[in-house]
Amino acid sequence: MSDKARDMRITLRVWRQAGPGAPGRFETYQAERVSPDMSFLEMIDVVNEDLIGRGQEPIAFDHDCREGICGMCSMVIDGVPHGPHRGTTTCQLHMRSFADGDTVTVEPFRARGFPVVRDLAVDRSALDRIIQAGGFIGVATGNAPDANAMPVPKEASDRAMDAAQCIGCGACVAACPNASAMLFTAAKVTHLGLLPQGQPERYRRVLGMVTQMDLEGFGGCTNFGECQEACPKEIGVWTIARLNADYLKGTVTARDDARAGGEAG
Amino acid sequence: MSTARLDAKVPGGPIADKWDRHKFEMKLVNPANKRKYTIIVVGTGLAGGSAAASLGELGYNVLNFCIQDSPRRAHSIAAQGGINAAKNYQNDGDSVYRLFYDTIKGGDFRAREANVYRLAEASVSIIDQCVAQGVPFAREYGGLLANRSFGGAQVSRTFYARGQTGQQLLLGAYSALERQIAAGSVTMQARTEMLDLIVQDGRAVGIVVRDLVSGKVESHFGDAVVLATGGYGNVFYLSTNAKGSNVTATWRAYKRGAAFGNPCYTQIHPTCIPVSGDYQSKLTLMSESLRNDGRVWVPKAGGDKRRPQDIPESERDYYLERKYPSFGNLSPRDIASRAAKEACDEGRGVGETGLGVYLDFADAIKRLGEAKIRERYGNLFDMYERITGENPYRLPMRIFPAVHYTMGGLWVDYNLMSTVPGLFVLGEANFSDHGANRLGASALMQGLADGYFVIPYTIGNYLAQVKPGSWAAGAAEARAAESGAVGRIDRLLGINGTRTVDSFHRELGRIMWNDCGMARKAEGLRNAIARIPELRDEFWRSVRVLGRGESFNQSLEKAGRVADFLEFGELMCRDALHREESCGGHFRVEHQTPDGEARRNDEQFCYVAAWEYRGEAAEPALHREPLHFENIKLATRSYK
Repeated sequence: MSDKARDMRITLRVWRQAGPGAPGRFETYQAERVSPDMSFLEMIDVVNEDLIGRGQEPIAFDHDCREGICGMCSMVIDGVPHGPHRGTTTCQLHMRSFADGDTVTVEPFRARGFPVVRDLAVDRSALDRIIQAGGFIGVATGNAPDANAMPVPKEASDRAMDAAQCIGCGACVAACPNASAMLFTAAKVTHLGLLPQGQPERYRRVLGMVTQMDLEGFGGCTNFGECQEACPKEIGVWTIARLNADYLKGTVTARDDARAGGEAG
Repeated sequence: MSTARLDAKVPGGPIADKWDRHKFEMKLVNPANKRKYTIIVVGTGLAGGSAAASLGELGYNVLNFCIQDSPRRAHSIAAQGGINAAKNYQNDGDSVYRLFYDTIKGGDFRAREANVYRLAEASVSIIDQCVAQGVPFAREYGGLLANRSFGGAQVSRTFYARGQTGQQLLLGAYSALERQIAAGSVTMQARTEMLDLIVQDGRAVGIVVRDLVSGKVESHFGDAVVLATGGYGNVFYLSTNAKGSNVTATWRAYKRGAAFGNPCYTQIHPTCIPVSGDYQSKLTLMSESLRNDGRVWVPKAGGDKRRPQDIPESERDYYLERKYPSFGNLSPRDIASRAAKEACDEGRGVGETGLGVYLDFADAIKRLGEAKIRERYGNLFDMYERITGENPYRLPMRIFPAVHYTMGGLWVDYNLMSTVPGLFVLGEANFSDHGANRLGASALMQGLADGYFVIPYTIGNYLAQVKPGSWAAGAAEARAAESGAVGRIDRLLGINGTRTVDSFHRELGRIMWNDCGMARKAEGLRNAIARIPELRDEFWRSVRVLGRGESFNQSLEKAGRVADFLEFGELMCRDALHREESCGGHFRVEHQTPDGEARRNDEQFCYVAAWEYRGEAAEPALHREPLHFENIKLATRSYK
């Protein structure tokens, strides 16, 4: 159980915003009795319990699985999406990473494509629409051949899995100076493009998804590489190189009907 | 008490032919007519997502809802270890019949044979479907699929994608769903919570929902309603479930007439990271797959506070290997959990709290090398280190059982239809396939079997007998359900008491864990049945929910869910009290063998308990669906 001698005191500067159109501002809160074994979100839970006790509305924030896989948590902590550790979501960040007396600034993911819903919660439905524009293999239920009918080289499968790990949190967008969704899009293009099953739609997929990414107001990629630093699943910019190669080939070879973007075949 | 209402509608004939025969006998909806039917699907996990996508592909008009900000975030995403399928790719003696047998036995003979056989049959097609969608399952160098072993089986039939199998399967279903959304056959509404079921003329025809962003309450109508809203493990407050997982949708359906099956069957997973403090908000699972290579042990002597590396082999008790030599560390979950509890009760638990046992990889690392272990479990080891600050490549993991899955759920017949016509229930939300204990890697299998391969057939059979659009949106039942939901929200906001929602949830969780957890006694259960209504009264008197209804208000969301847990917990305890036997995850202290194993009572309890709501003031009515074992002989489950 928590050991009082190790407890810390943390000062929080938290972005509060009542809704998408409302003006926002930083508010300062004191988190007392913070155990180093608490997760960052558990620390916010404690602050919220305290706020409710004092009759103030708690801080709104998205979270669900709290084990680093659902992709719902989305805070920028001291300027870094998901906080200071590589390969770690906010929910898996623990307070032992901070020191007694620290001041920590917490903001929502900021991007044109991610309007604020309230406080630290943002609307990331644009990412779903990018998937709708081609991030799938068009195979209806019941059509599949035997799973071992088509061997897939282990290296290709492992590389596809490296990219497929994307949790769709949007940290890459929040970290990018252009607020580009390139790493998110590239991860899906790479995952499916590396597998034999993904070949028939490979080029229409990349054209559709990139078009949709632009329509959603995300910026372009100018190779800063901040995205891979922020990615909690450590997906690399090598996927963006693959996307660019496929995109180039796609624009040269695709028929007009595949350029539309957003159509689902 | 009658069994008249519970017609399981199991087709006749030999077990291996039932599903084929039923598929032929069911009525079909003409392709051109399908678009005239609207189907409401609540939930986007493996069951809901796969159902919505498959029904959309068939041409139905589907309305799909989820409470998260995207359908991709449903809690199926967190399943780690794998999915079972009777492919027999390993040539090690697997078959549909063996998977069926293992699942019935693993469930301690409390599941319906015909459903389980169909599940085992569908398992084979699931793997095909997922590979075709691009799910990157682990492969061998020859390019074919790899397998690993899981608890309760002596064959290697589990397919996996590193430690993220649930994520990859869900993203497969999600991509199929997004494809249908783009095609216009599925309309998706995220950040939307179901608050009630609308029943008209005895049929489910709609749901009342709250838009979690605007706070607006509205009704949606359809020709059938499919609930795939997951399990109720969060009734214990601390569980491996996501924070948002809740019982509200199924509980509301129960209060509208759907019988609740076996609510007391809860799975306590043996390998979770132990609790570290009272601020703890959830528990994190370490995949059962770790037990392939990890050895579970505690010191032989009680109170041994030495560091694990200082305890010599001769003073360690590898209790699973000792007690269950033929299954060893891969004993089923209920058995492994109880054995861990027993070791801790004897004062042999490890870690600061004494509520933990070791899961040790030292031998496997010596045998296979650290690189191989990293390849198999790297992400799980990393996660463990992030949470505990300890390196499991150097020190054994400390683990303890935690609430993980609920086998109980709304009662459904063979067609997955509840006792309310037109209301179908899939995945963890129904009671159907796992009996009193679920085997590892079978939840993903069931969710996808229900969504991809069962509901697309059985819902057609129902719809073919219903005229499309036969509901009355303005009718009294619909208006009453909606105004009831609004009234409840107003009431929660109007209390303005002194205690937070979480403080009530924690207190309920403590009652449930102490009295309806790993070991249950009549006395404790009676205590809980008395205590829960008191806590419920206090909640409605003194909870504090701030803010407004017509806004994004997370405290209000939580309050509604906890209010339902405060009702549901009582039903769970009633079910546990009535079931005077031990079976699977339901262990009654009064019913055990001299060496502490579960003692079933097949004479009196070989049935599904289905509870019917009879109003606030009345006790629920118990209905029994007798279980008939025509293929597998009822036997005492032994893993020794």
